[in-house]
Order: sequence, then structure tokens, then C-alpha cells
Amino acid sequence: MKLEPAERMTVSETTVARVRERARLIRRSALEMIVKAGNGHPGGDMSSADILAALYFGVLRFDPKKPLDPGRDRFVMSKGHCSGAFYSALAMAGFFPEADLASYMKPLSKLNAHPCSAYLPGVETSTGPLGHGMPVAVGMAIAAQIDNAPYRVFVLTGDGEQQEGSNWEAGMTAGHRKLSNLTLIIDRNRLQQGARTEDTVGLEPLADKWRAFGWDVEEIDGHDHAQLLRVLAAPATPRHKPLCVIANTTKGRGVSFMCDQAKWHHGVPDAAQFATAMKELEA
Amino acid sequence: MTAASSTTAQLYDCRKAFAETLEALAERDERIVVVVNDSIGSSNVGGFAKRWPERLINVGIAEQNMIGVAAGLANGGKIPFVCGAACFLTGRALEQIKADLAYSRANVKLCGMASGVAYGELGPTHHSIEDYGWLRTMGGIKLVVPSDPWETGEAIKTAAATSGPYFVRISRMGVPMLNHADRIFNCETAEVMHDGNDVAIIANGVMVSRALAAARALEGEGIRARVVSLACLSPLDENVIVEAAKTGAIVTVEEHSVRGGLGGAVAEVVAAKSPCRMRMLGFPGFLPTGSASWLMEHYGLTAEGIAVAARDLAVRK
Repeated sequence: MKLEPAERMTVSETTVARVRERARLIRRSALEMIVKAGNGHPGGDMSSADILAALYFGVLRFDPKKPLDPGRDRFVMSKGHCSGAFYSALAMAGFFPEADLASYMKPLSKLNAHPCSAYLPGVETSTGPLGHGMPVAVGMAIAAQIDNAPYRVFVLTGDGEQQEGSNWEAGMTAGHRKLSNLTLIIDRNRLQQGARTEDTVGLEPLADKWRAFGWDVEEIDGHDHAQLLRVLAAPATPRHKPLCVIANTTKGRGVSFMCDQAKWHHGVPDAAQFATAMKELEA
Repeated sequence: MTAASSTTAQLYDCRKAFAETLEALAERDERIVVVVNDSIGSSNVGGFAKRWPERLINVGIAEQNMIGVAAGLANGGKIPFVCGAACFLTGRALEQIKADLAYSRANVKLCGMASGVAYGELGPTHHSIEDYGWLRTMGGIKLVVPSDPWETGEAIKTAAATSGPYFVRISRMGVPMLNHADRIFNCETAEVMHDGNDVAIIANGVMVSRALAAARALEGEGIRARVVSLACLSPLDENVIVEAAKTGAIVTVEEHSVRGGLGGAVAEVVAAKSPCRMRMLGFPGFLPTGSASWLMEHYGLTAEGIAVAARDLAVRK
């Protein structure tokens, strides 16, 4: 069955505005955490903030007071190094107090640089080494398929992360089993740690690759909240395949001097840079 | 403690006990699923696949994916038993075992089939004689090496009934049924299978029946050897090791590399808590071509080889 064109679905202005505001707050929070911790991955935090905001404040069905509710939608943060943005979204969504964010990377904090599901509510599986999220998300989607359960599974990977072969192993399994309850979002900011993806090991034609693996593919602007909501919140039922959403993003988005700069993959703004960034992220 | 232990003459393939136990559990608990890497036949789960095709997830030849998929199934409320050749299950997916299972405390049960040198002449790529070291250093995953069909069944039942990750090593090398007397299997305490205070032999898996045969042979010479079956390497029963050290001499025997395995685990406790003489029997590393039984004989992993080491240590102490 052909996908309902995303543009035809309606998303309320209120939801779009809520997501936009949350994305701004996630960016501010992540930068504050990085500066306090003296460590972090601001580039990816900024590029994924809009995706995380759309998921937690417009798409996922969950009750933060019951983080293990069997019927919850699952989200797997495969790009675990972008924990500044991820933890901020989880705290704002109510999984743990926002005050805990100040403990990021401090001794004995539950907020390790890479999320651990054994410590922290809302984290579905521990990530950090790349290429781990996809297989786990596929397993979750298979569990739902076996039980005929209506929950959905979303997984966010980086684009450089697509170089890990485990993604493609899992992609084959998902395509073979027609896991229409599964959505992969690729944060396509075109930069990996050291250089551009296409100058490292090229990913293109990325959409064709996922189609060849038996997936539906949507390419969107990963900073356009309305587009994110239309595509991610659209019901899975009309589909008969898993969905890959290539979210075209800019690394460092929202902070002018970080935009599209590989050097901000990890790094800590100095006082002046932090002040500039926070000013740019004012409402 | 049990008295002198008898064993059956007949030899058994522990994969049969594994499959029967798993099917009996699956009948009563629909959360149990099986995950394989095109390894239905070699894992002896054809019966399970026939009875519950929707609960058999074959991910193809993709071990990293297999472990992650199992972690996801556990997140979705299933109790996955992941069955594949031990060599690929562990080595190929070690980081997934570490991060997705042990560190995440996922309720996944790994069943390492045809472990050790069971694949014999297929060579070192197909041997799994590093898995004790790889897995016991992680913590967070229970590591069980059953010695016979009874212990295999008990290990599988325990794994199903207890939350958290397990690795159960299931050999296809024929072993006799051992006399466990009134033993109630658990992962916290090891089993003393033969009494003696002249020397202690600590073994697990397919080596236990050979250790018992060595102890019986030594008995004829007036040497009383204690035999401890250390089925669980993680968690480790340190008390049984300290008690064994009081004999003054410990021989460890494993179907595994002598580096970082059972001998290493015992030595860590002995060195810290009760130093005594030790001899470690096992494999030196990559092995030459030979059948499983040839390799076991060549490296002295036989009743005779164990008896020689234990006798030597007992008279020197």
C-alpha cells in the first residue's frame, strides 16, 4: 500500500509550537550540562534536539510514572553519545527530576556520558558503542508482532553510525519480517567525528539502500517540527514495511558557530561561546 | 558431601536434555522464545520450531544482530533462549553481550552449543575455548557449565526462572549421567562430588566425569582426591575453593584455554585467600588439527592425565 503523503496529514499548531519550544529548551539544557560537566557532544545534541522533542512531546505514548508499562511505545537512542539532548528530553518528559541533569558525568551520577538502562528510567537499552540500537529495536518490534500488541518502536541512529554493519543485519531482519511497527530515524547531519560522512565512507544513496532492504523511506527536514510530527506520528497501520526516516539536519543547529563543524562533534564551549550560544537560543 | 560417586556407562548428548527441558518449560510459559542464527539443527531446537513456529526467531547468520534482537525481545516481555554454536555466539557478538545483556541486565539466556573443542578437526575458528575468560571478566552474566544431562536441565530451568542474563555452555561431547545424590542445583554453591583431603580436583563440564574417574583410580593407590564440580564460574563459590585449598594441592581441569578460565578463576581466590600448590590442566591456545577426542587425549584432558597431575601434586605438597 502506498504511504499517505505526509503533507496531507494535519498536525495541530499547538503541538508544533509545543515541540518547537521543547526543542529550544533541550538545546539550552544540553549546553548547560556540557559546560558543567566539561565534556560532551554538542554537535549531535543540537542536530537531534528537534527529533527528540517531536518524539517525546508529540509522538510517543508513555507514562513516565510507569516506565516499564508493557504497552508503552519504545524509543531507542542508538546514538548514545548525544546524551545531553536525550537526558534533557527524558527529564522534561518526567522520567526523572530535571534537577538531576546537573549531575551529568559527575562521580556516581546515574547520568553517565552514555545512557544505561539498568540505572535510569526511560532508557530502554544501554547504548554508546554504535550500531547497538537497531538490533534491539528490531527485537522489540518482533515481540510486539508476536503478541499482536499495538505499541510502536522508534530508533534514532547517527548517519556515521550507519557504517556499522549491525544496522544492516538488523535492517535485513526487519525487512524480511515486514516490521511495520518499527521506525528508524537517521540524524543525517553529514558529519561524523572526524570528517564528512561522504569523505570518510560514503553512505549515499542512503534512501535507495534502505529501500533495497525492504523498507519504506521518507526524506524530511529534520529541523521542521511540523514535518517531523506528520511523518513520525502517522499511524503505522497502513504500512506493510518498516519505515526509515532520513532526517536531514545540521550538526550544531541552533548555535551559529557550531553549525556544520566537525570539530563540535565533541567539545566544550568557553564562557564567551556559551554566552553567545545561550543568547541565540533565547525564545 | 556425597560418597564415592557412580556414573553410568552410557554416554549422553546434553543437547537432548537441553531441548527436552526447554520444550517442557515452553509448554507452561509462552514468554519463552528461541532465537537462532540459522542454527536450528545444531542447537537441536527443531522440535521447538515445529511446535511453536511463531516463537522461533531465526535472524539468519548475523550474531551481533541476534544478541540485540534477543535484548529487544526481553524488553518486550519475552524470555529469549539464544541458541548457536558457542564459538560464534560469544566471540562474534562479544560487545553486544557486554552492552546489551550484561550491562543492561537484559533477561536473555545464551546457550552456547558444541562448546569447547567439540568441533574438533574443524579447527580453532570453530573451537570455543576462550569463552570462560571473555564472559567471567564482565560480571553481570551468569556463566554455567553443566557436566551432564541432569545438570543441563537444571541449569536451563534455573535460567528460565531467574531474571537476568545467563550463558549456559552445552557440549555435544558424550558424557555419562553422574550421581548428584540429593543435590539441589543452584548457581551460588558448587558441588563436592567425591570426598578426599590429599588433593582437590576442581573441574566442570565434560571434565567432571573424567575427574571422578581419576579420583577412583587414585583411591586404589591410597590417594584420596576431592572432586569439586564448579559448574558456575560467575558467580563463583569462593568458599568451596578455600576449602579445597586446605588440602594443600589443587588441580584444575577445563575444556578451555588455561589462560583466564576455570584455573584462573580458582587461582585468583587461592592467591588472595588461601595460597596452595596448583596445577592447571587445559589447552595452551590455538590447537593443531585433530578430532575432539584426539585433542582431549593429546593435551592430557583424560582420567589418566588428571590422575598423573593429582598424584604428582599430592606427593609433593
